[in-house]
Amino acid sequence: MTDTATPAIEGWFTTGPEPTLLGSRCTACGTVFFPPTSGFCRNPACAGEEFEENTLSRRGTVWSYTDAQYQPPPPYQAPDPFVPFALAAVELPEGLVVLGQVAEGYGVADLHVGGEVELVVETEYASEQLTWRWKPVTELGEEADQ
Amino acid sequence: MSTHDVAVAGVGMHPWGKWGRNFVEYGVHAARAALADAGVAWPDVDLIVGGETVRNGYGGYVAGATFAQALGWNGAKVATSYAACATGAQALDTARARILAGLSEVALVVGADTTPKGFLAPNAGERWDDPDWLRFRLLGMTNPAYFALYARRRMDLYGATVEDFAQVKVKNARHGLANPHARYRKEVSVADVLSSAVVSDPLHLLDICATSDGAAAVVLTSTEYAKRHGLSTGGRGPVRINAISTVTPTFPQTVIDMPLLSTDATTAVAAPERTFKESIGQAAYDEAGIDPADVSVAEVYDLSTALELDWIEDLQLCGRGDAEALLRAGETTIGGRIPVNPSGGLACFGEAVPAQALAQVCEITWQLRGQATGRQVEGARVGITANQGLFGHGSSVILSV
Repeated sequence: MTDTATPAIEGWFTTGPEPTLLGSRCTACGTVFFPPTSGFCRNPACAGEEFEENTLSRRGTVWSYTDAQYQPPPPYQAPDPFVPFALAAVELPEGLVVLGQVAEGYGVADLHVGGEVELVVETEYASEQLTWRWKPVTELGEEADQ
Repeated sequence: MSTHDVAVAGVGMHPWGKWGRNFVEYGVHAARAALADAGVAWPDVDLIVGGETVRNGYGGYVAGATFAQALGWNGAKVATSYAACATGAQALDTARARILAGLSEVALVVGADTTPKGFLAPNAGERWDDPDWLRFRLLGMTNPAYFALYARRRMDLYGATVEDFAQVKVKNARHGLANPHARYRKEVSVADVLSSAVVSDPLHLLDICATSDGAAAVVLTSTEYAKRHGLSTGGRGPVRINAISTVTPTFPQTVIDMPLLSTDATTAVAAPERTFKESIGQAAYDEAGIDPADVSVAEVYDLSTALELDWIEDLQLCGRGDAEALLRAGETTIGGRIPVNPSGGLACFGEAVPAQALAQVCEITWQLRGQATGRQVEGARVGITANQGLFGHGSSVILSV
């Protein structure tokens, strides 16, 4: 990761040593949305039209997970040769599930439903741009068992 | 019998496959088959509803008119529906609503598609505000990857195995053997499934449905018209549609859903009592005024083998987490308590998006008439279909005789 690297998408996450996803919180009902939103609150009982930026929890639990063993079609930017990657749907304490690729070097064998993961920011496989990823949290002592 | 029943006068299909021809040709073939089955002449049809296809240029966007022109302009009113995989059901609901409102007596509903090989991909272009584009660009999240998330959850939560998923394919392959409209008519073994390549763990290539060319059509009439013209097959009167559920999710939608990158949050509002997919079936049962126990046969959207198991529970045909036990006991096989996908399902057809929900209705109609040669569910009186389309389109149709 270089200092000049830019996010693959603007305004969805922060970079730096402790990155976070950036959501939007409705100032009227308090519902949090990710990806960030503006305009009108999507809670059908809320007339809110104003949002404040809301940094989401960095840690969550795995709702489910899989991987991509075949190269996805464009607009996915795949390196040549293709690098398979894992994907996780992660439940955050804010009460929503957010998809993401799993951190480089980790696969489905490192994941289980209910397992803890942490947000990291890494470089995309086929670009210099940054993206958010979920990294399995290894508890102290677990590492020695592996 | 509810007061908003309509009659299924005729059904027809073009066989599923990779035929390399224009979708209009398939659609007209299916339409003519349905009209012939109904004994209704095309000039007598006063409404045509087309299921839109998004992969076939402008003619696909205005499918209703495209089919009407190909059949020969007859002055009928026209509509075109799009609801992704639920397109056919929404088109059917449009026709039903016009009939029940007294604005139409005889409607023809047609869906047809040609599909490219490989993963379904978003349309070309750069659209940073389109979740269907973003999920590919940012995550490489294909349709099978979503199916795999649901499959893995069944394994970790309910103890499902890859052998269970394979067994769904084995069952459906056997069901479809004698179906003249199915694309794949070949026995498949558990070993065949498990030795096929893993696409998205835990799903193998043979767990995931192909994409196909195909077409299906339904002739709907008012029950009065059916009576007046003596439209009946099998001596029990025409098959009736008792319910068409086309509900959207209820906020907050807390189950990750294709093509989205996240769910709604429960920060301010608790999750609804029923998940979206549960609500699709419940709305159909409520509309038809029946219970899940009344159902004798089901056609559900097995985009993946594991999704069939989800649907069986979503439709309350068994308790949550019990679908594997039902499968293992042979209860979802023809001859079992609640046969699922006697047509062979998407496992034998592959998906032809705007035709698929109509194909489910065709199959249930043949089942209820006792005409499903080689795959008949004996004594079937009530059938249910279920599917789900991108961006919050559910559909479930209940038919009875």
